[in-house]
Amino acid sequence: MSLPKPDEIQSILATDCGSTTTKAILIERRGAEYRLIVRGEAPTTVEAPFEDVTRGVLNAIMEVEELAGRKLLDGEKILSPQKGNEGVDLYISTSSAGGGLQMMVSGVVKSMTGESAQRAALGAGAIVMDVIASNDGRLPHEKIKRIRQLRPDMILLSGGIDGGTTSHVAEMAELLAAADPKARLGAGYELPVIYAGNKDARGIVEERLASKTALVITDNLRPVLERENLTPARDKIHDLFMEHVMAHAPGYKKLMTWSPVPIMPTPGAVGLIMETIARDEKINVIGVDIGGATTDVFSVFQGIFNRTVSANLGMSYSVSNVLAEAGLPNILRWVPFEISEPDLRNRIKNKMIRPTTIPQTLEELVIEQAIAREALRLAFEQHKMLAVGLKGVQQERTISDTFEQTGSGASLVRLDHLDLLVGSGGVLSHAPRRAQSALMMLDAFLPEHVTELAVDSIFMMPQLGVLSTVHPEAAKQVFEKDCLIRLGASVAPVGPCKDGVTALKASLEFQDGRKEEVSVPFGYLRLVEVPDGQTVKAMLRPDRGLDVGAGKGREREVTLRGGVVGVILDCRGRQPFVLPQDRTQRITKLAEWNEALDIYPVLARV
Amino acid sequence: MAHSYTPGLKVARFTVLRRERKLPLAGDVLVKVGQKVEAETVVARTELPGNVQTVNAANILGVLPEDVPDCLVKPIGSALKKGEAFAESKSFFGLFKSKCAATVDSTLESISTVTGQAILREPPIPVEVDAYVDGTVVEVHAGQGVTVEMRGSFIQGIFGVGGETVGTLHVCVDGPGEVLTEAKIGEDVRGKVLVGGSHVSTKVLRVAIQKGARAVVVGGFDDHDLREFLGYDLGVAITGSEEKGITLVVTEGFGEIPMAGRTFELLKQCEGKKASVSGATQIRAGVLRPEIVVPQEIAAGADQDGAGHAGLELGSVIRVIREPFFGRLGKVVALPPELMALETEAKVRVLEVDFGNGSKTLLPRANVEMIES
Repeated sequence: MSLPKPDEIQSILATDCGSTTTKAILIERRGAEYRLIVRGEAPTTVEAPFEDVTRGVLNAIMEVEELAGRKLLDGEKILSPQKGNEGVDLYISTSSAGGGLQMMVSGVVKSMTGESAQRAALGAGAIVMDVIASNDGRLPHEKIKRIRQLRPDMILLSGGIDGGTTSHVAEMAELLAAADPKARLGAGYELPVIYAGNKDARGIVEERLASKTALVITDNLRPVLERENLTPARDKIHDLFMEHVMAHAPGYKKLMTWSPVPIMPTPGAVGLIMETIARDEKINVIGVDIGGATTDVFSVFQGIFNRTVSANLGMSYSVSNVLAEAGLPNILRWVPFEISEPDLRNRIKNKMIRPTTIPQTLEELVIEQAIAREALRLAFEQHKMLAVGLKGVQQERTISDTFEQTGSGASLVRLDHLDLLVGSGGVLSHAPRRAQSALMMLDAFLPEHVTELAVDSIFMMPQLGVLSTVHPEAAKQVFEKDCLIRLGASVAPVGPCKDGVTALKASLEFQDGRKEEVSVPFGYLRLVEVPDGQTVKAMLRPDRGLDVGAGKGREREVTLRGGVVGVILDCRGRQPFVLPQDRTQRITKLAEWNEALDIYPVLARV
Repeated sequence: MAHSYTPGLKVARFTVLRRERKLPLAGDVLVKVGQKVEAETVVARTELPGNVQTVNAANILGVLPEDVPDCLVKPIGSALKKGEAFAESKSFFGLFKSKCAATVDSTLESISTVTGQAILREPPIPVEVDAYVDGTVVEVHAGQGVTVEMRGSFIQGIFGVGGETVGTLHVCVDGPGEVLTEAKIGEDVRGKVLVGGSHVSTKVLRVAIQKGARAVVVGGFDDHDLREFLGYDLGVAITGSEEKGITLVVTEGFGEIPMAGRTFELLKQCEGKKASVSGATQIRAGVLRPEIVVPQEIAAGADQDGAGHAGLELGSVIRVIREPFFGRLGKVVALPPELMALETEAKVRVLEVDFGNGSKTLLPRANVEMIES
């Protein structure tokens, strides 16, 4: 299939090969715009007995054929270009099957080039297995042992600014050479190593690693201390992902010949979409994709993109790890009924060993969503720690900064500056009521001031991400019309207050001219119905100790966007957000909040 | 979706199994195709390159990194004993000598003229792979290992702890619903694979370890016991490398759950026979379940496995694998094609099950597993 010109494309078939499920979507041009037509899915077939990813792709496409009532396949070949009601003009794919892209990165100073290298790898869609650095506190032989144990798909070696010292880079290259690492997939090929460090050390690195690894040299990712240059390293990671890793995964060689566009790692594609939204709308965005095994968090603040992956936080394979990391009390704090601890522990473990099961009772759903809150919270904590400004950079201070002592390396993620929070992944995309997704995101991320909430309708951001590389217009149209479900804006005053005191008064003016005065006491949630596609003008007047974005006690005039849930006035408190310690009081409070948003059908029974 | 149910665990009275036995690195294969092997037979052997130690020679000698090669008193590639000097430097007209010695028994692998580090390689570590099951070698993977074919009974568990072991099967309880208690573990369990009923606790497992049992196979185990047994909260179900002195295979799940009747009966029939047991579990990218393998010749055709994975159909026997009917067995009486709403309001594919009392219950298809033979 050759790559057609964008204006010649009438139909697009896109697949995403996930670790458990392969999803296929069909997009067609209807009049002037592109729209999602149908979606099909089938189990991924990377593992035995099939060991060929294309089998699952064909099965998913067959489901699309059935649902759309049109022929797309001729045997095992995708019909292209479209002729009448048969075939498609473009086929594209993303993949995270077989554990995704697993990398090890190395830098000289852990918090400087080590962190930059980590950001480059994460931004390219990789799972970073370890960061090895000169100053990581491990002895040389311990580092060598670790490199040998890991068996990554690829290694990114960085270190030093251009023109700086070369001896530390040489040391890291020597450690790598001594470890003689082997690739995870396929015993018969050399491990790809990307060198993106001090350009003066290229010769030294080549001398030590060229004969032992498939060495690729690219521009320094930290050419000067004050600036990161991650794009060349990220691009090289994508190239090598295709050339080495994908080419050795079962069936991928065949899959690669089906599409004129390179197969992209799934998180890399989702990241592209997030960057596009932030750039086009000039806003700060946080996106989260909570899967069965991992949770990815993306953020774009002040135009800087960051992505982290929490490899062992998820809702099925990794559900037990959420319990291990968050601790039982943290999960139980979201459960609005009594449950015995041993029983809850056994239920979580049973989900881990039978990951494809789903909650049948309301009680089980509530527990699952309680776990999701903690998985999201922990993944976000990890994200905030990595999405930071460059460390080791001297900052120029003016007199006005004297009392604001933020050092270098402060988190870029500012909840008070967040404009849009997008959720994706089974537990958020497929929650029976959209208000459940909204409350899960509010509880886990605790957005401040005014933030809009949205979810990915059926998890198609990966496919749209890769589509945006060849047809940005089509990707944008489908994203806005069929992918993004706007839940509505949330207003959350920040600061301490006393329970029951009026925390927020809002004068609302709806599009139909209707006016309403709302006041919400501290500790309460209030839902205002504003349908999707409509906005409401609001004059927000917080209590004197609270801030809605204009300063403590200052009123703020904003236009709030509606959504399928509505506008949520969240006066439960921020900085701090506190749940009652007493079990009975806590359960009463949770029940009140759930009722305010009409979260569950018959919670009283639970 | 064609298969929105869990295929289920395998319990086969007679099957033909193949197990690949490979080395982590290239080495020597010690057996031939067609050769009969026992579980304990070593089939392949190799040596892993030894660990690496670094010595900052330039610092110790007080010279520049580029001068370290000139200080060597042993050539690269020399075998060194711990404490043996491999480089020396002289200073102050040769009056004071600095020596750089090996920190372990090793070979001098290289010297860096940039960092001044000496790389010392420790002696190789021998690695052997055994056959794991009694059977016949059917394939040799040159330099890597072999495939062994076994004929006999095969039972998969749902979750396990501990690696491969071999022992004689010994049933400790009278029925699948009975809890394995301390009193049921006699003094004659050394080297045996113990079969319990519905539950075992960590306390009882420790008694089994103390009396020399090799493995315990049981229906259910509690998570708080698992934490106590391992000493940590297990986050991701990747097990098999634990060294707890015993291998545990759980056949049904977490909690007190009677072992499936078929599983218990088959284990009982195999009592006294040699069993190979593995607790290795990996529920992610290439599902690996724990297993009990009992090599034995059974007349062909007698309950032979090989029915394949027929999908769910009317009359299929299923087991519920999630609350609220967790562990119950039933027969499929209807497979409505349309999506139906659950109590949670989620719309999913369902099936109707008769639990044997005549009343029909709707269940999500994702929450049942087929009882396979």
